[in-house]
Amino acid sequence: MAAKWSLTGALRGMFTRETITEETWDDLEAALITADFGPDITEQLVDALRADVERLGVDDPQDLRRMLRERLEERFAAYDPTLSLQERPAVILVVGVNGVGKTTTIGKLARFLVRNGQSVVVGAADTFRAAAVEQLATWAQRAGSAIVRPEREGQDPASVAYQTVEAAKAHQHSMCIIDTAGRLHTKGGLMDELGKIKRVIEKQSPVAEVLLVLDATTGQNGVNQAMAFIEHAGITGLVVTKLDGSAKGGFILAVQERTGIPIKLIGQGEGIDDLTGFTAHVFVQQLVG
Amino acid sequence: MAAFGSLSTRLTETLAKLRSKGKLTASDVDGTVREIRRALLDADVALEVVKSFTAAIRERALGAEVSEALNPAQQVVKIVNDELVGILGGETRRLELAKQPPTVIMLAGLQGAGKTTLAGKLAKHLAGQGHTPLLVASDLQRPNAVTQLQVVGGQAGVPVFAPEPGNGVGDPVRVARDGVAEARRRQHDVVIVDTAGRLGVDAEMMQQAASIRKAVQPDEVLFVIDAMIGQDAVATARAFQEGVDFTGVVLTKLDGDARGGAALSIRGVTGKPILFASTGEGLDDFEAFHPDRMASRILDLGDILTLIEQAQKAFDEDEAMRLAEAMATDQFTLEDFLKQMQQLRKAGNFKQMLGMLPGAKGMREAIDGFDEKELVRTEAIIQSMTPQERKQSKILNGSRRLRIARGAGVTVTDVNQLVARFEQAAKMMKTVAKGGVPQMPGMGPMPGMRPKKQQKPQGKQQRRSGNPAKRSAEPAPQLQQGGVFGQPQQQGGAFGDLSGDDQAALQRMLGNR
Repeated sequence: MAAKWSLTGALRGMFTRETITEETWDDLEAALITADFGPDITEQLVDALRADVERLGVDDPQDLRRMLRERLEERFAAYDPTLSLQERPAVILVVGVNGVGKTTTIGKLARFLVRNGQSVVVGAADTFRAAAVEQLATWAQRAGSAIVRPEREGQDPASVAYQTVEAAKAHQHSMCIIDTAGRLHTKGGLMDELGKIKRVIEKQSPVAEVLLVLDATTGQNGVNQAMAFIEHAGITGLVVTKLDGSAKGGFILAVQERTGIPIKLIGQGEGIDDLTGFTAHVFVQQLVG
Repeated sequence: MAAFGSLSTRLTETLAKLRSKGKLTASDVDGTVREIRRALLDADVALEVVKSFTAAIRERALGAEVSEALNPAQQVVKIVNDELVGILGGETRRLELAKQPPTVIMLAGLQGAGKTTLAGKLAKHLAGQGHTPLLVASDLQRPNAVTQLQVVGGQAGVPVFAPEPGNGVGDPVRVARDGVAEARRRQHDVVIVDTAGRLGVDAEMMQQAASIRKAVQPDEVLFVIDAMIGQDAVATARAFQEGVDFTGVVLTKLDGDARGGAALSIRGVTGKPILFASTGEGLDDFEAFHPDRMASRILDLGDILTLIEQAQKAFDEDEAMRLAEAMATDQFTLEDFLKQMQQLRKAGNFKQMLGMLPGAKGMREAIDGFDEKELVRTEAIIQSMTPQERKQSKILNGSRRLRIARGAGVTVTDVNQLVARFEQAAKMMKTVAKGGVPQMPGMGPMPGMRPKKQQKPQGKQQRRSGNPAKRSAEPAPQLQQGGVFGQPQQQGGAFGDLSGDDQAALQRMLGNR
């Protein structure tokens, strides 16, 4: 059984050395790259830290750890991670590539909102993947939310979304979360479909949040995904899932910085209560230790 | 990857300054290797694999396989590509089917890698080959995974064994075992066991996968992995190798724009072959894995590789070497003459090329009088000769010449002229090869030229650039020697002090009668 890799673990050895040496920098670079920060951000961070260390005359690795934490925190905290759900009903559209955990995230988010006294309806607009509707129904049941199913197989997802918002209004649900089929961001036709879903929803109610779900094990391709989804669906927030699998997810910093879209939620386990809001301080603390 | 600038662009920038150098130096290699390292990291190849890979590249690049046709950058890139294809495709193999059916195939992987979809694709693929697969629903974890497999099985037209409803209910190990027994009873020759997705770090789930493996004794355990995965690929692959010891890999979601460095990472770390690639949501979007396509995808180097291919096509190194040798050792035959001619034609528009030489002003007339069709005619004549005639031009008597003329559609006079021209050229070649310097009319001694003794073939000589602007900027002498005669060893030969006869011979050889 391979031990779980973590940035904390990788950095531990480095921070226990007596002084900062060339090896420290190599280790730092390797650790950051292995955490999926990507070569560009890694280089920036290492260069910036090197400059700081030189300028301040630091040679205690513990200080370096603190400086790394500060640098990362500063960069992660540059955007506002608050979900804006003031509309009634607040419509949340959830999008992403295949297999990142959209449906699971919706289940968890619904549960979170229900526990905070909201009445929630979820819309199963993933009419493409086999058994996606049933999967969402199971989650809805666990979360204690209502669900709007497609009336027939292969129904236009936009019409399911429309009906969901309609139901939310009719039954006075305060929150309305719409699941969509996973789609690779390179499929033009499927991406256009997202635009249509959004337009159709907006005929009834403004869309409060469009959340892009990203798998924490994704590599540098995450940036491409985000760019494509911004263009077609106008995403307003990022959700990072499966953070329990790899204590990594460094690429989300690149995604956040390149797109200017804040990380809003993170999923850290398979349990229904394992979804939390994003706090730069906590996140970095967990990452760096 | 427009956001990052592709490796092609970056390499081109970094290496523009290397163009003028003839040989690969350590610093050239380092610069290129650094860019390659970055590109591999951008493609999500695992750091440890990148490290060992770039170290190997560096060694090989410095190991002097100096190419005539490629510039240093291209050479390094070619080495990288070769190595990549080698690693990715070393032992590509097909599914191994059991001698005693049923063949049991087990699927394992992370959540969301695409196992269930892949199960359907694989089943359809096998059914298409005349097998009778049975799908077994052992993913009892994820909500409605069983239902999904049933739907997928229905689409593929393949029966599904699903005794348990799933959603956390039932024992996946027993389902798998019963599934294989069921297949045996109903005489299915392939069983595909879909298992729950699990994290590499989840000991309990990994134990379950190991138990399933033990229970059904699969002939193949396929590790299904998402092409978009990042640095975690290595840890995950290791965990699964230790946990279930997979026999092959399937890469999914290759229809996205991820560069798929995971493929290289997994091969590099586990040595397990990649069997299939999954390229879309339809059940038919499934194909055998192509190492060469994957290699250029990881490096994102399509255009540079094409260039390299072209450069190599246009200039056949070995041929030039052989020619040079033949000339030096006095065995220049009509066959060599023909090959030289063909290489000239391959090199492109000869007249245009001549016209671009600086200092070619004095040759204007000669150039204008030069008829490219002459090359074609000459080729035809030589090709009408028997191999023996080509080797020994002395045996060409009247009747042979008549036959050749008829064969080539020319007159006997043309054949005579060619033979005379060849003999003079051969004589001149010998002079040059022995260190003499023939004279070209209208051209003074060229700057930087020194008559050279017969030498070993040069390691690296500047080839004709594909870009006319650059071509004209290049020093003329090299171009003439390399391009016109294809003799790499005559670097220093200008046409300084050749006798009048030889001058005429040279002109005639160029077709200017």
